[in-house]
Amino acid sequence: MTLPSSFFPTPAHDARVHAVEAAPAVVVRNLNAWYGSFHALTDLTLNIAAQRVTAFIGPSGCGKSTFLRWINRMNDTIPTARAEGSLCLHGDEVLARSMDVVELRRRVGMVFQKPNPFPKSIYDNVAFGPRLHRVYSKGDLDLLVEQSLRQAALWNEVKDRLRASALSLSGGQQQRLCIARAIAAGPELLLMDEPCSALDPKSTLAIEELIEQLAERYTIVIVTHNMQQAARVSDTTAFFFEGRLIEWGETEAIFTKPTNRQTEDYVTGRFG
Amino acid sequence: MSFGRARSRRWRDWSERGIRWSLFCASFFSVFVTFAILVILAKESFLFFGFEEVSIGEFFGSTEWNPLLGGEKHFGIWPLVCGTMLVTVIAACFALPIGLTAAVYLSEYARPTTRAILKPALEVLAGIPTVVYGFFALTAITPILHSIAPRFGNYNAMSAGLAIGIMILPIVCSLSEDALRSVPRSLRDGAYALGGTKFDVSVKVVVPAALSGIVASFLLAMSRAIGETMVVALAAGGIAQMTAEPWAEVQTMTAYMVQIFLGDAPANGVEYASSYAVAAVLFTITLSFTLVGRYILKRFREEYE
Repeated sequence: MTLPSSFFPTPAHDARVHAVEAAPAVVVRNLNAWYGSFHALTDLTLNIAAQRVTAFIGPSGCGKSTFLRWINRMNDTIPTARAEGSLCLHGDEVLARSMDVVELRRRVGMVFQKPNPFPKSIYDNVAFGPRLHRVYSKGDLDLLVEQSLRQAALWNEVKDRLRASALSLSGGQQQRLCIARAIAAGPELLLMDEPCSALDPKSTLAIEELIEQLAERYTIVIVTHNMQQAARVSDTTAFFFEGRLIEWGETEAIFTKPTNRQTEDYVTGRFG
Repeated sequence: MSFGRARSRRWRDWSERGIRWSLFCASFFSVFVTFAILVILAKESFLFFGFEEVSIGEFFGSTEWNPLLGGEKHFGIWPLVCGTMLVTVIAACFALPIGLTAAVYLSEYARPTTRAILKPALEVLAGIPTVVYGFFALTAITPILHSIAPRFGNYNAMSAGLAIGIMILPIVCSLSEDALRSVPRSLRDGAYALGGTKFDVSVKVVVPAALSGIVASFLLAMSRAIGETMVVALAAGGIAQMTAEPWAEVQTMTAYMVQIFLGDAPANGVEYASSYAVAAVLFTITLSFTLVGRYILKRFREEYE
């Protein structure tokens, strides 16, 4: 079974698919990663295109989240994690010792599986990242918070209660708040680790629409277990299996005419 | 085919009833004792206010406490409350910042092996009898204070306050650390992912998120400090006076009661009865600390989800 091609085209989507490919945002060469003695990623080589949506798919434990967490070095917080090889973000070697991790994480925003707003006000959540990195006047910060919330399609719902606790929001709103929080720090790249897996279908749809809009300004990498979601939102899809990158390419090609048997089995739901 | 003998229904019903009763008696006993203490406190305080030397207005309005010496006796509670508060504030100023800092270190910075050694070591402090802290105050802290500033005499509030501070340090540290550690990892991840340093994450996210537990640990430690008896009886002295000077000799509410019950006053006299009124005031203060602590814990508990 393959998905009908009418499943894909939306005008905005098509335009991006056929856009002239700029220099890739992330270039990965022979990346190997371990947790202790467990070899989590083997010889990973791929490019992540700038200003496009790249989806990582694959069964649980295949290494896609591990890879995601190396792009912003979140794995530094896990004592047993280590990596070898090359991972360049716009030409800067991310894995280098000299890499300023604080600056890296400002450039690479991350949205997690479960919404994790801080137990602070909506305003303070969005302002958290900016305040870490720069000193703002009150007016500038207000403007930045508003812009971020607008980009995350949350402004109209919360503009009258910015001082309310972020925990008073619904799950879907919390996740959009987390996206606004990530955007506010001024990233080039947004990493999303199964951002909809804890949400209901309606909130999922809202996030997916948001991803489409955000792709006009940011490079987005999304890990997802939902095949339809990958097909709907992404331009490029990479299929991981047992720590290896099996196949990557245009999303439409991956879903309609995969060259690899394992990829075909996975995207058609025969395993995974 | 079946093994064993069926349990008789009657035996089962009776044993259930017996278990229920013994459980009830155990919980009733503790509540009963609490109420018995309350009743005795109230009754004896009432008797105290029956003496002609005493009036409720003077008890809560006067700042002179002079029940034993001299001709005219004065029963104004404030000098004792003041002494208690002075010692407690000194203990809190010492224990709360150090305890919280140590908790942040243990929870956020220390390696697992370091924590495995440090935390039990700190908790050993909690197992030392309080009389030992009293001796420590008298024989170690007071001489050091005296050598720093001679105005610190043999008995002073500072020495007792510091000893109590050391004593309540494990309560603050251990309970605060529990509160910090219960902050979900996802919040830390969120803050790291925004480019926070370890210090940013600890101070701007984890500590505020755990604030209810931290404040509760503070209040619990404070009520321990207020009720502490042995250290102040040994090291703080015996002069009930209104003062905020840490080198002054002070008497706390608990120290006064020790003085009375150790035989300085004849039984059934007005001095003897006064200790019950002091105990009632002390009880009210510690109870309100406990209640406020519980309220704060409850009010701010569901902060993470």
